Amino acid sequence: MTGTMTNADREAAEQVRDLPGGDWPLWEVFTQSGQGAPHEHAGSLHAADAEQALQNARDVYARRGGVISLWVVPSGAITASSPGESGPFFDPGADKAYRHPQFYKVPRGVRGL
Amino acid sequence: MPQTRAPGSTEDPAMTAAFEARIAAGESIEPKDWMPERYRRQLVRMMSQHAHSEVVGMLPEANWITRAPSLRRKVGLLAKVQDEAGHGLYIYCGAETLGVDRAELVQQLLDGRAKYSSIFNYPTLSWADIGVIGWLVDGAAIVNQTVLAKASYGPYARAMIRICKEENFHKRQGYEIVSTLAAGTPAQKAMVQDAVNRWWWPSLMMFGPSDTESPNSAELLRWKVKRKSNDELRQRFVNLTVPQAIAVALTLPDPALRHDEATDAWISGPIDWDEFHEVVRGNGPCNRERLQARRAAHDEGTWVREAASAYAARQRAKQATAAA
Repeated sequence: MTGTMTNADREAAEQVRDLPGGDWPLWEVFTQSGQGAPHEHAGSLHAADAEQALQNARDVYARRGGVISLWVVPSGAITASSPGESGPFFDPGADKAYRHPQFYKVPRGVRGL
Repeated sequence: MPQTRAPGSTEDPAMTAAFEARIAAGESIEPKDWMPERYRRQLVRMMSQHAHSEVVGMLPEANWITRAPSLRRKVGLLAKVQDEAGHGLYIYCGAETLGVDRAELVQQLLDGRAKYSSIFNYPTLSWADIGVIGWLVDGAAIVNQTVLAKASYGPYARAMIRICKEENFHKRQGYEIVSTLAAGTPAQKAMVQDAVNRWWWPSLMMFGPSDTESPNSAELLRWKVKRKSNDELRQRFVNLTVPQAIAVALTLPDPALRHDEATDAWISGPIDWDEFHEVVRGNGPCNRERLQARRAAHDEGTWVREAASAYAARQRAKQATAAA
């Protein structure tokens, strides 16, 4: 089977295999379970490119149906907040009661607010 | 305070204490969180062994796909074996969040340096074995994994939740085969009884050594990677399974098995741990055969991996040319 590969193909394949990690790049998989539902992180997988990542994601994370849409994202493209700084990082949102409806007083007997 | 730090560890005791307080409070540990090196190593060991077990577990069953007795049985078995591949992938990906490389883990398996569940070193001699594996081996795995779904490490727990959802079908397809054969001709009934006789004790051994003999149990329990001891899980499995055997008029090969009225539990006789240790040491009936089969499958898949890489590289080159 390898007979059908050109030298350039073989070289390219070598290069991909020599990527850090010695394997195909890692992709994060997000699945949507129904119309209007958000895409949620399902897991990750290795694939040579985005097209293969989508096909593998279908086989690995949507074998039993229940998924109507898939996203695959190169893992390296995700920037995440740092757990060590999550206290100060999220703190500005923690003490703003005036962003919640319960903060505001409504006169007795008034409905529909 | 138990000793948790490896000799020569430079970990800050205050960090370790904060980590253990989080565990005690029932929090999930996520990949980027600080964790003791020992916790990380224990998880890599456990998760990689678990992933390898899913992958090697395909081999005894794949053996029977071409000889399944009907299309219904064949599609069920194919789907189950495909699930095991998927389950291996979920857990390898979970292990990679701990900073190890899947390619390296796979290499350890191929080199014979990694362990996997010793149950898969027993042969599948008849079609009935496929039913009994689904019923007993997957049944035991579900008992184990249901508890691991509450493990303190988030990616492991999430992989287990996904796996547990899928594995219920494995157990039921196995039990359907078992109950059909048990209600069949005398020859079919004898075949399934023989399979039960061979798989019962190895299934009980799947839960690992008794708590007093298990070197890792205490630490894993304290860190809530495990939530129940090996013996507790084994007992749960026995309690679930004995009535299922009685329901299809099969016997279990344990003359000491008895029902304890006071606790409503089924108490089994002593396990032959010498056999367990022999199989773990590599001297089971199929240890060599399984590794040979896995290496051959890996080698025969080389051209597929190369072709996919070459195709991806060519597509990238085309896009680069088009963009220029």
